[in-house]
Amino acid sequence: MRGLQLPLNQTQKVRLQRALEKLESLSSKANSNASVTIADSIPVNAEDSLLKGHGTTVLNDEVLATTCGIIERVNKLVYVRSLRARYKPEVGDTIVGRIIEVAPKRWKVEINSGQDAVLMLSSMTLPDGIQRRRTAVDELNMRSIFSENDVICAEVRGFQHDGLQLQARSRKFGKLEKGQLLTISPYLVKRRKQHFHHLEQYGVDLVVGCNGFIWVGEHIEPTDDIFEGQVHKPEQHTTENDEDSSSLEGQEQSYTPLETRQNICRIANAIRILSTLGFNITVDVIVEIVNLSSSLNLDVHEMLGPEFHVLVAEKEAVQRSLTKKKI
Amino acid sequence: MEYVSPEGLRLDGRRPMEMRQIRGEIGAVAKADGSAVFEMGNTKVIAAVYGPREVQNRSQQMNDQALVRCEYSMANFSTGDRMRKPKGDRRSTEISLVIRQTMEACIMTHLMPRSQIDIFVQVLQADGGTRSACINAATLALADAGIPMRDLVTSCSSGYLNSTALLDLNYVEDSAGGPDVTVGFLPKLDKVTLLQMDAKLPLDIFENVMQLAIEGCKAVANYIRELLLENTKQLEYRRGV
Repeated sequence: MRGLQLPLNQTQKVRLQRALEKLESLSSKANSNASVTIADSIPVNAEDSLLKGHGTTVLNDEVLATTCGIIERVNKLVYVRSLRARYKPEVGDTIVGRIIEVAPKRWKVEINSGQDAVLMLSSMTLPDGIQRRRTAVDELNMRSIFSENDVICAEVRGFQHDGLQLQARSRKFGKLEKGQLLTISPYLVKRRKQHFHHLEQYGVDLVVGCNGFIWVGEHIEPTDDIFEGQVHKPEQHTTENDEDSSSLEGQEQSYTPLETRQNICRIANAIRILSTLGFNITVDVIVEIVNLSSSLNLDVHEMLGPEFHVLVAEKEAVQRSLTKKKI
Repeated sequence: MEYVSPEGLRLDGRRPMEMRQIRGEIGAVAKADGSAVFEMGNTKVIAAVYGPREVQNRSQQMNDQALVRCEYSMANFSTGDRMRKPKGDRRSTEISLVIRQTMEACIMTHLMPRSQIDIFVQVLQADGGTRSACINAATLALADAGIPMRDLVTSCSSGYLNSTALLDLNYVEDSAGGPDVTVGFLPKLDKVTLLQMDAKLPLDIFENVMQLAIEGCKAVANYIRELLLENTKQLEYRRGV
């Protein structure tokens, strides 16, 4: 079992097995023979004019799969949706990434894909939404916006000659601070309308990047941010007094209360559990697991123990069978 | 020395055309993109695949295809007598090259331009046929990493001792000094991608021995295919809707 090396005792093993079997029985009926491995032939009608998509090749009038995955058919298109692969960027995806290099007029961003992405300075808008002017000063100050190893979130803009371009044209995008970054397999994240979540009851922001990077951090009011950006950015040559007071202010702001930090860890652990069990990651499920753990009075570190994994698996099985019945 | 007894049994009790027990396990290294452990009898190999990822050495970047790299190593504890070998000795460089060429032939490198794929294989227990086991493990790991391939490459060795063709030689048979034929095979395309032999054999016997190895490859391919299908199904049903 992938990544799941827990010291389970006998009863826990049996319970986990039962929960997983239940999950299997719930899902398998619809597409039990849709799974293919490499070089399996995909059944198609020879007469139909077909569009052969990702993960397929043709050999002697036979359509073969080139990756392990699930066959998907959309009208004439046949493709293999691969599980457990690196992130394949699509235009408009919200992603979380890490700056690895500051280059002239651009940042290189690690996004768990086959290639590093590029975020141009010109695809960043100023905090109040004004287009950036291309000045040398602006370019020299790039490190004050993002420097190496900063975690940022951005949007996929498109592909241009030598790679993937990102953009951050809204104030919801930008640098992520005061939190932790989690890495999961990208196939567990579903593309949705909303990838930014503010969990009010915990005071936590959750950014679920389509590339499998997930950010859990303290909630930051976006309005405040903007205001500060407007005031402080143009006035960089102020008196020393002013700077001192602003840094003090900054220290005060950088303090995160203990409770919030615990909440961050709790949510992060919930995501870790889901990822090791290989369950789909949605906000609702994460919140449910967090609630379950706090209702059981578990400490943050106890969440990663074997017992809680089994509980989560059982809960998921019950949940899925309920939704199945409703349909 | 007698490698096949008059009853037709080999030293470890197998028939001449019998393989050792094979076992594979997907997902052995948590941080890798794809990984697998593959066992053929007492030979045990672990493989990890990283990538496709950004090319580390910019000068090696290719604009139309991916760069495939492979590193083979033997753990110090893998052999009977504990030997401290230097890291890049000739044997392991040669095997690295062989594995790299075999895997590169079946990976669809043109789909991943400007990127690099790293394959690391390490022998944990050596009992003959490490080359074959490494190729099988690398195939599993590449499939697990979701890298598009034309076909699954599988590999198996065979030899010729006491005027009998033997499938899947173990260490004792391997070190007898007879011919050792390692074959890499693409089962769906029905093509041979790797053929190595460091001895002389008459042509008609060689064909028999090679055919035996190919049959072995097919058996391994069936097993690997089942394993991957099972793994894919499991990932899918766990994920849910």
